Amino acid sequence: MDTTTARRITFREEVENLLHAEEGASLVRCIQCATCSAACPVVEFMDHTPRLLIGLINAGMKDEVMASNTFWTCASCYACTEKCPEGIRPADVMYALTRYSLWKDTFNRDWVAPEFSRRFTKTILRTGKSYEPGYAPAFIFEGGIPGVVREMQMAMKLLAKGRLPLIPSRIKRIRNLRSMVARVMPLDGIE
Amino acid sequence: MTRYAYYPGCSLETMAATYHVSSMEVAHKLGIELEELEDWNCCGATAYSHVDELLATVLCARNLAIAEKQGLNIVAPCNACYKNLWTTNAALKRDADLAEHMNYALEADDLHYLGSIEVSHIMDAFVTPEALEAIRHKANDRLKGLRVAPYYGCQIVRPRRPGLNQMQVDDPQYFEELLAAAGADPVPYPYKLRCCGAALMVTNRPAAVATLRDLLQNAVDAGAEVIATTCPLCQTNLECYQAEVNRAYDADYQMPILYFTQLLGLALGVGVKRLGIGKELVSAEAIVKRPAAAAAKSE
Repeated sequence: MDTTTARRITFREEVENLLHAEEGASLVRCIQCATCSAACPVVEFMDHTPRLLIGLINAGMKDEVMASNTFWTCASCYACTEKCPEGIRPADVMYALTRYSLWKDTFNRDWVAPEFSRRFTKTILRTGKSYEPGYAPAFIFEGGIPGVVREMQMAMKLLAKGRLPLIPSRIKRIRNLRSMVARVMPLDGIE
Repeated sequence: MTRYAYYPGCSLETMAATYHVSSMEVAHKLGIELEELEDWNCCGATAYSHVDELLATVLCARNLAIAEKQGLNIVAPCNACYKNLWTTNAALKRDADLAEHMNYALEADDLHYLGSIEVSHIMDAFVTPEALEAIRHKANDRLKGLRVAPYYGCQIVRPRRPGLNQMQVDDPQYFEELLAAAGADPVPYPYKLRCCGAALMVTNRPAAVATLRDLLQNAVDAGAEVIATTCPLCQTNLECYQAEVNRAYDADYQMPILYFTQLLGLALGVGVKRLGIGKELVSAEAIVKRPAAAAAKSE
């Protein structure tokens, strides 16, 4: 046990500090039972299971953790969080890691999710509301040319049904909203 | 008359406009007044929490403060909006330092939040004992014998709100009770609390398509004729991307996906057009055109 008063905090403590989670149990409580992995509906699309990721965090294997796609694959359904017998909140841990990887700029540039979250956030700061068609164009190329054609066809059908707005809506007091946000974080960090 | 501050959320102005109109129609029929939150802003979905926790908190705090100014408790039709507003409300009530910080920010929009209101999902307004009684009393036989899969989704019950017991989180029944009150026949739907893939539809397509395939197959296995949803993201994924599931899995799902308010509206005698039915990419005609007589016979 480290008894010195000043020391560098561990990676696990760093992650826990990002949680603001007075409700959740510390990750040291993890017993590696894999209930979280079993509850996860998208675990097969993760390179590390939630159980392994928590184990890697506790082992201080930062590079391995930050290179993982696990936290960007989480859909925030909280099935793991509901089931953990130790009261750990793995879904909140995933959020903490996405923030950490954007903050430290460690995410893989080939992944869509980080850019999507950034773009979404920028839209809100510009208009106060989300606008689905605004995100789509940047990402549909993932599916190659046939994918683009299918997305376009679907967009046309939705348009015909009156379900796709052409003009993004905007809140009235957007200036106030921006000053409000500027009081909690620097706007130039996200814009 | 029961009144709520109504927080529609961004999707209900666009992709899920039919959820908005059907909610309004049903509320009106049941004598529930929904007063739209003045100049509300986006709840942040999952994206703000990916970027910054305080950002996610302050944007929800603004909506809470506006509702408090209107002197009303909030109802939200979208599971994600509901979860975000609920979580922020709880955090602000629990953490005085956070509330002070947020109120400093809210000053920029001449707002202040004391923490005097509550947040519910819109379904909660329709499953009170009084509302259920009114539905039983007013429902016609339009949904009689209709086998409906009650799809709750994730964030309507998770993360668990204090006061809910294990059964209420593992196997809630209020959606089934609501459908039964409206005359429908809710089927046991084992995947009723499983994730729809949410934003993975954009960020990880194969993962989202796999989760949707499971949900559709499970509904077919349960003998459902329609899946009823409580969330615009669940509805959009299940309905608009059903063709994508069929392509990916060489399947032929033709499962109508309707908002629970659309089914409720049918039972309460609201016109099909007024409920926004007919704007689907997967036709719901079989549900609408279903003769009540045939349904009665099948019993």
